[in-house]
Amino acid sequence: MMKNAAENAVEVAGLTVVRGRREVLHGLDFTIPVGQVTGLLGPSGCGKSTLMRVLVGVQAGVTGTVTVFGEAAGAKSLRHRIGYVTQDPSVYDDLSITENLAFFARVLGLDRAEATRCIEAVDLVDHADDVVAQLSGGQRSRASLAVALLGNPSLLVLDEPTVGLDPVLREDLWNKFHELAAAGVAVLVSSHVMDEAERCDRLLLMRDGVFLADGTPTEIKQQAGAPDIEHAFLSIVRGAA
Amino acid sequence: MNPRITAAIAARVLTQLRRDHRTLAIMLVLPCLLISLLWWMFDDLPGNSFDRVGPALLAMFPFIVMFLVTSVTTLRERSGGTLERLLAMPMGKLDFLFGYAIAFGLVAAVQSALAVGISVGLLDLTIVGPVWLLTVVAVADAVLGSALGLFVSAFARTEFQAVQFMPAIVIPQILLCGLFVPRPALPGLLEAISDVLPLSYAVDAMQHLTRSTSTGEVWGDLAVVAAYAVAGLALGAGTLRRRSQ
Repeated sequence: MMKNAAENAVEVAGLTVVRGRREVLHGLDFTIPVGQVTGLLGPSGCGKSTLMRVLVGVQAGVTGTVTVFGEAAGAKSLRHRIGYVTQDPSVYDDLSITENLAFFARVLGLDRAEATRCIEAVDLVDHADDVVAQLSGGQRSRASLAVALLGNPSLLVLDEPTVGLDPVLREDLWNKFHELAAAGVAVLVSSHVMDEAERCDRLLLMRDGVFLADGTPTEIKQQAGAPDIEHAFLSIVRGAA
Repeated sequence: MNPRITAAIAARVLTQLRRDHRTLAIMLVLPCLLISLLWWMFDDLPGNSFDRVGPALLAMFPFIVMFLVTSVTTLRERSGGTLERLLAMPMGKLDFLFGYAIAFGLVAAVQSALAVGISVGLLDLTIVGPVWLLTVVAVADAVLGSALGLFVSAFARTEFQAVQFMPAIVIPQILLCGLFVPRPALPGLLEAISDVLPLSYAVDAMQHLTRSTSTGEVWGDLAVVAAYAVAGLALGAGTLRRRSQ
């Protein structure tokens, strides 16, 4: 089970999160390797966003060991190395895409060329000077993704980045994620849509704050004896009940 | 704290304001209109009542407007996820606070320059002391308003609630600042309360400048307002948690 530390961007042991008086993550152990797209799949409310917030270091009430590139999650030195997209597009509605990117680039100490590169990477060049409030939902979430790409982070934490996108765009984005993974980035993508599972190199299936399964899509389907991930999910839940 | 990041935040806030023509107009033009209205109200009265209330109003505008604008904009940052994103980046809390304070301080400087210019130039408000110092008091006042607005935004869930904090925090200060009843003439307890409210000192400073060329007292009042602004920013920093529920 022990892997070489260099291969894993994230190593987590005994992760428990308490929000208010409720425990929402119940003792999770997992790793996220570099160079792969790891999918975090589960129904909404199962704890996906909380888990992602833990990795980025903005979640309170965390116990257990969470290391990112060998350091405790949330360490100052990690803030340059993680690209994070929250569930709602966290960009400024009243600024244009270029202005948003230029601002976040300045905060990160990067130049305008880097801002332009990231706008190109999410295919928003045609809308670069449009104010975000005038964009469609999909364009907004791509603008938010562009911010996460600034400075070539080594770990990308993307909370439901493909929700509500047109299938063609979704395809493009998944290709983009695999491109980044191929370049050595550790990509963690959450989704509540089970049919996105097949696009991931590896899956963490989640329900009610625990993992139901951890493996490649093929492995999970074989173990559950199901034709697709949706059925695998169902048969694991029913098998456990 | 990092000057590059602080400047980036200040510049961004100013760009957002520039985009928002309506807010900008309200921030810059409305104080001028209101002070003109006040002048007009007193126009037919004997004596120079405008000289008595005008300066107090010049102290209030930057405070009220910046309080409102900051509480709503920072609430938006908190609820819209942009604050969380910034906190996950190498941004210090003080970068965020000072970025806002600088941007709104600049707007307040323009706002007060306009309001003071109209009051002194068009409406014949008598200012015996240095006019530039009046603007300095107004800027300190604006930063105070921003600092308090930032602080209360932590206790509001919606913009609707944030706006409700205005009457709670601002109106008592307006009532007790010496505009309606001179502070020494207030009942003992209320005078004591007005002594710990920052707006009282800003109004004192403004009124002093209309009557006297001495600036010693003004700097004293200014120091009190600045101290409150710093305390407000410190409280605001306490409400910016990198890790949250």
